[in-house]
Amino acid sequence: MAYVADAPKETFRLSMLIYDTRYRSITIQVIVLILALLFVGWLADNTIKNLAAKDKDINFSFLWNRAGYDIGQQLIPYTNDSTHSRAAVVGLLNTLVVAFFGCIFATILGVFAGVLRLSNNWVVSRIMTVYVETFRNVPLLLWIILSFTILSEVTSPPNAFRLTDEMIASGQEPAASMLFNDSVAITNRGTDIPWPLLERPMGGAEFAGVPINFAVVISLLLLAASVYVARRNSQRARKTQEETGERPVVWWQNLLVVVLPVAAFLAWRGFHLEYPELKGFNFRGGLSIAHSFTALLIALSLYTGAFIAEAVRAGILAISKGQTEAAYALGIRPGRTMRLVVLPQALRVIIPPLISQYLNLTKNTTLGMAISYLDLKGTLGGITLNQTGRELECMMLMMGIYLILSLIISSVMNAFNAAVKLKER
Amino acid sequence: MKKSVFLGTLAASALMAGFASAGTLDDVKARGELICGSNTGLTGFGAPDANNNWTGFDVDLCRALGAAVLGDPSKVKFVPTTGETRFTALASGEVDLLVRNSTWTYSRDTDLKLDFVGVNYYDGQGFMVKKDLGILSAKELDGATVCIQTGTTTELNLADFFKSNNISYTPVTVADDAEAQRQYMAGACDAFTTDASGLAATRATLPDPDNHIILPEIISKEPLGPVVRHGDNQWGDIVRWTLNALLTAEEKGVTKANAEEMAASSTDPEVRRLLGVEGDMGTMTGLDKDAFKRAIMANGNYGEIFAANIGESTPIGLARGLNELWINGGLQYSPPFR
Repeated sequence: MAYVADAPKETFRLSMLIYDTRYRSITIQVIVLILALLFVGWLADNTIKNLAAKDKDINFSFLWNRAGYDIGQQLIPYTNDSTHSRAAVVGLLNTLVVAFFGCIFATILGVFAGVLRLSNNWVVSRIMTVYVETFRNVPLLLWIILSFTILSEVTSPPNAFRLTDEMIASGQEPAASMLFNDSVAITNRGTDIPWPLLERPMGGAEFAGVPINFAVVISLLLLAASVYVARRNSQRARKTQEETGERPVVWWQNLLVVVLPVAAFLAWRGFHLEYPELKGFNFRGGLSIAHSFTALLIALSLYTGAFIAEAVRAGILAISKGQTEAAYALGIRPGRTMRLVVLPQALRVIIPPLISQYLNLTKNTTLGMAISYLDLKGTLGGITLNQTGRELECMMLMMGIYLILSLIISSVMNAFNAAVKLKER
Repeated sequence: MKKSVFLGTLAASALMAGFASAGTLDDVKARGELICGSNTGLTGFGAPDANNNWTGFDVDLCRALGAAVLGDPSKVKFVPTTGETRFTALASGEVDLLVRNSTWTYSRDTDLKLDFVGVNYYDGQGFMVKKDLGILSAKELDGATVCIQTGTTTELNLADFFKSNNISYTPVTVADDAEAQRQYMAGACDAFTTDASGLAATRATLPDPDNHIILPEIISKEPLGPVVRHGDNQWGDIVRWTLNALLTAEEKGVTKANAEEMAASSTDPEVRRLLGVEGDMGTMTGLDKDAFKRAIMANGNYGEIFAANIGESTPIGLARGLNELWINGGLQYSPPFR
């Protein structure tokens, strides 16, 4: 018998889905997927049925209706005749501006506090420890309310700045006075600072509802061109230095190139500062920064700064002590060692936690509602939601916008991280 | 993939939790407690004291309703809601009704799917300022900083008023009366605007009420009333007619003290119907025939509730004005109990 029977072909049995390791993982994944879809389907269906029971639908057309309410702080023109979508954009810009400055201040503060916490000076390092521990361990909302209360309670009302005829007659001084040569007024409502204006403005245009001032555009273009020329000048100097060993003095040339064209342009258009002046109930003229903005910015920066300080400290401690010692051995001073040797290497450890701190700060701006700061949560998720009764739509829009915002921030920061991380070749 | 989605919807329709509950009346009876959406604290209208006993004009209407539905005015739980959260709380079923100075408007009645079942206080929006500002009219408020409660009709009226008078203002939006009061007292705003009744109530709680004045302009109509969810007509009827019972009681001279006696002795057929001696008015709405008598006996008729909480003898000192009965020249008018 020359024929050998083939090995019996294995037939597929249902039980193999569980007992056979080849199939088991697939089975589990399919079950989890079905359960997840069931859950999502149940949520969606439940929502739709409940909305139908209340005679409601999902409809975003309210965004193009007249908003009818006013917003205190607006970066783009907005009146109560504007639409709800415009109000949402005004709110979004308010969110962005506080998040932008918050991230910058928190980073500066965090890097300083983190470095100083490792200082050999006992007092300095202890002060930084106290700062980090107090701010990290008290809820942010309390810091926001505290800074707002301090700002609005310790400052004087605008009325206290008033100098009436009777007061002049009796030689009295007003109860409060402006700072910096009568240019800045801090009232219990906000800070009024001078604002640059042109006597002969260039006019402007509107692009997608955002006004564009030609004078600003021209100034920025001039500045960019000047900086480019200055950099070319520096490159030329470096080249000369490499060729001849002697570096020509160019700093004053560069300074003139950068400053002169813009200054000349602004002077030609009649540049001057508009100072705030007490008129009626409030200061008018200049730029008025409400305390709700300042308080939110201060609290967010201090709070997030404490977390960033810890990330910075961790990053520095992660760098081997040998690096510092080697730098000292080469005769580099401690300050420069930190700046040129340790911090650049520490960055790759610092940046990943820094990303999540930036994201936290951006999302924490919603707490501004506690002090009447009208950010996206205050306009779209607050007044618009309330006046139109479109809870679901407003919440979905808001979540979508914050999600996109966070994704943008983290992708930018991830790109930066990729640029500074240790290159492995 | 498609199949699992299909299965998902199939299973989901089978599950369908928390939906299509029975009528609100059955819910309240089963719970043995009426949940009333109230103000976060507006003296005279609805505010808790140190022992969490709620008192006020709006609160007493809830208690009358509690007496009518459950037979006990103390079986009412008050849930504080802000201007921002109130309608969501009502729509989601967190509260059975709202009695908290809410203005009856077209869009709230239709678009928000709510039902305003009556008006328990006819109000209008006003302004309060410090006396030493030397202002006598709201039209002099050009450039002022104004505190407003967010999520209210006053927010929109304010914008309209300043726009139509061609003057400007800086809004400071606050969440509730307490925060508005703090900011106003700290001088963070020049004027505080809300319904005139609310201003009077706030002013009464200030340490120095005489240094503050309420400007004469009333810039809007604010009919304030109890609100229920759209679609539950039986519950809407109960709330509407409890309020009407209190008004009819005042009109007919039925008070907390004499209700029992009137029920026994009165010969006026409407009083007899109201108090459940004749006919079965109460049972028509799913209650019992003594329901409205109990409502009246909880805290008295409309006039008594008004006088006890916000009337001229209280620190708030509001005159009846528009809220006088129609027979005395006011707007409060109950359809007949027939």
